[in-house]
Amino acid sequence: MPEGSEATPLPGAPSAPAPSAAPAAAAAPAAPAKPAPVPWDGPLAAELRAQFGAAIVNAASYLGQNYLIVTGKSALEVVTALRQKGFTTLTDITAVHYPKDELPFEMVWILHDMAANQRIRVKARYAEGERVASLTDLWLAANWLEREVYDMFGIVFSDHPDLRRILMPDEWTGHPLRKDYGTSQQDQDWVRKNLGIESGQ
Amino acid sequence: MPATLDYFRAIPVVETIGGDRTMVLNMGPQHPSTHGVLRLVVEIDGETVVRIRPDIGYLHTGIEKTCEAKFYQQVIPMTDRIDYLAPMANNLAYVLAVEKLLGLEVPPRAMWIRLMLSELTRISSHLVWLGTHAMDIGAMTVFLYCFREREEILKMYEMVAGQRMMTSYFRVGGLSMNLPLGFLDYLKNFTNYFPARIEQYSDLLTSNPIWMVRTKGVAKISKEDAMELMLTGPTARASGIDWDLRRDMPYGGYENLEFKVPLATEGDVYARYMVRMEELRQSLGMVKQAMANLPDGPIKADAPKIVLPDREKMKTQMESLIHHFKIVTEGFNVPEGEVYQGIESPRGEMGYYVVSDGTAKPYRVHMRAPSFANLNAIGPMCEGNLLADVVAAIGSIDIILGDVDR
Repeated sequence: MPEGSEATPLPGAPSAPAPSAAPAAAAAPAAPAKPAPVPWDGPLAAELRAQFGAAIVNAASYLGQNYLIVTGKSALEVVTALRQKGFTTLTDITAVHYPKDELPFEMVWILHDMAANQRIRVKARYAEGERVASLTDLWLAANWLEREVYDMFGIVFSDHPDLRRILMPDEWTGHPLRKDYGTSQQDQDWVRKNLGIESGQ
Repeated sequence: MPATLDYFRAIPVVETIGGDRTMVLNMGPQHPSTHGVLRLVVEIDGETVVRIRPDIGYLHTGIEKTCEAKFYQQVIPMTDRIDYLAPMANNLAYVLAVEKLLGLEVPPRAMWIRLMLSELTRISSHLVWLGTHAMDIGAMTVFLYCFREREEILKMYEMVAGQRMMTSYFRVGGLSMNLPLGFLDYLKNFTNYFPARIEQYSDLLTSNPIWMVRTKGVAKISKEDAMELMLTGPTARASGIDWDLRRDMPYGGYENLEFKVPLATEGDVYARYMVRMEELRQSLGMVKQAMANLPDGPIKADAPKIVLPDREKMKTQMESLIHHFKIVTEGFNVPEGEVYQGIESPRGEMGYYVVSDGTAKPYRVHMRAPSFANLNAIGPMCEGNLLADVVAAIGSIDIILGDVDR
C-alpha cells in the first residue's frame, strides 16, 4: 500500500504550495512554502468512513503519513476496529495541549500494521476534565503510556486499572506539559517539604 | 490476551499478594545492576520472585517541556541527553523529523556520514550493554575488553564533534562540521581489528558454561507477549518479531545499505545476547559500506535561512553574516504541521513526534522512548524466576534510564 509507507518521501502534491487552512501564525515572516495535508482516500479510509460515518471527522495524509481525526467519543471504537484490521501494534500514545481551543486536549494514538508495513495516527479532541476511554484492554503497553499522559497533562482515562503518576512524584500538584505550566514552575510546597529547600525553588 | 500478562491488571499499590509467605525487597534506585536509577519493588517468596513493580521517574528532567522553550536547533543538545549511550541515534531521529517538516534534503556526503556514525553509535552502545550485562552476571573481563573498544569510538566522537558523549553533531540540514583529517584512517584501522575483538568477546561468553546456565531459558518472553508489550529492537527480535525500521521503513538513507536483521525465537536472555552480538557484526559491515561509499561534497543543505553558513563565508559576506545572526538569534520557522519519525536506535524504536505551529520553536516534541516500552517487560519476564535472574533480565533488555524518564 503506497499511501501507508513512511519511506516514500512527499508523495504527490506537496510541490504545489497550498493555502493554509488555519490562519497563519501572526509573527511568521516569510514562512517556507509548505506542503498541505492531502485527503487520504485509500481503501482503508473508505472502509472506515463506511463503518463509522460521521465519527470520522477527517482522513488525511501529511508528508506521507496518514492520520484520522475522529470524535472523542468514538476513539476507542475506531482504534478497536483498526486493531481488528491488522494494526496490532501500538507504537505510541501522547497528547498535545491547545489551551485556546474549545476542546483543548488532543490525544494522539500511533498504530502500526507490521504485516502491511503501514502506520496510522488517530487523533481526537477532548474538553478539560473529559474522560478518555483507556486502551489498556486492547494493549497492556497502553498502561504506562496513559499514566504518562495523565501525569503530564492531567487527562483522566476511564477504566484504567492503575491511574497514578508515573514520572513525577505522587504528591506533586500540577501537570507539567500543559501550556499554562511555566518552564521554571515547581510545586514549591512539595520541594519545601521533601527536599528541605526553604525558597521552594 | 495472554493470561500470563495479567500482571498489569489489578495492581496492589502497597499490599503484598503472597500474604505472610512473601517479603518485599527494595532494589534500587542506587543499585549498580539497574544501570542508572531504576527502583524495583520486588516481592519474593524465598528466592522466587512473585511480583516486580518498577518505579521510574528518578531521572525525569522534563526534556519534553524544555524543548518547547527552545529554538529548533537548540533542541539537538537535549536529544543527546535522552539516551546518553546513543547520542547520535537521538540526534538523527530529531533532525530527520524536523527536516521532514521543512522538506529539506541533506547532501549525500552528510547522509553517508550520518549512517556511518549511527552504526558506530550502535556498536558503542552495544559494547556498553555487553560489558555491563556480563559484569552483572559475573564476567568481569568482558567489561574491560568492551570498554577498551568503546573508548576508541568515543575518541572518534571527539574527533568529529569535539565531545565524547554529548555529541550534538547532526544538525538540521546536515552536520555541524566536516570530518577531520585523519578520521577515516582511524576508523579504517578500527574496522580492521574490531572483527577479531567481537570474536574475542564471543569466545569468552558464547559457549561459556557459566554464562549459558545463567542466560539460557532465563527471563523468557513469548512473541505474543512481546507484541502486547510493544517491545521493539533486539529485545523483540530475540522473541521472533521480525521487525527492524532500518529495513522495513528505511530512513535517512538506510535503503542504500545491505545488512541482515538477526533474529532468534527463544526469547530468553541468551537469545537477546546472540541477536545483539550479530548486530555488532552487521553494524560493522554497514560502517565499512558507508566508508566505501562516502562521496566528497558539501555537508550542509543549501538552505541559507535554516543552515548556519560556513565560518569563512560568515566573515567575508554580508548576506551570510545576516543569515547567521538571524538563525542564531531568531531561529528558523518551520511550517505548521506534525510528523512522527521513528528510527531504529540500539534499543529499539526511537520515535520523535514533532508538532509545529509555524514559529521558530516546536509546539510539542514527544519522544517515543524504546527503553520506556521495553521496561514494561521486566515484570512478565521475571515473575516465577529466581531473584538473581532479575539482574540478568535487566541487563538483557538494555534500558537507559535517561531514555525511560526523559
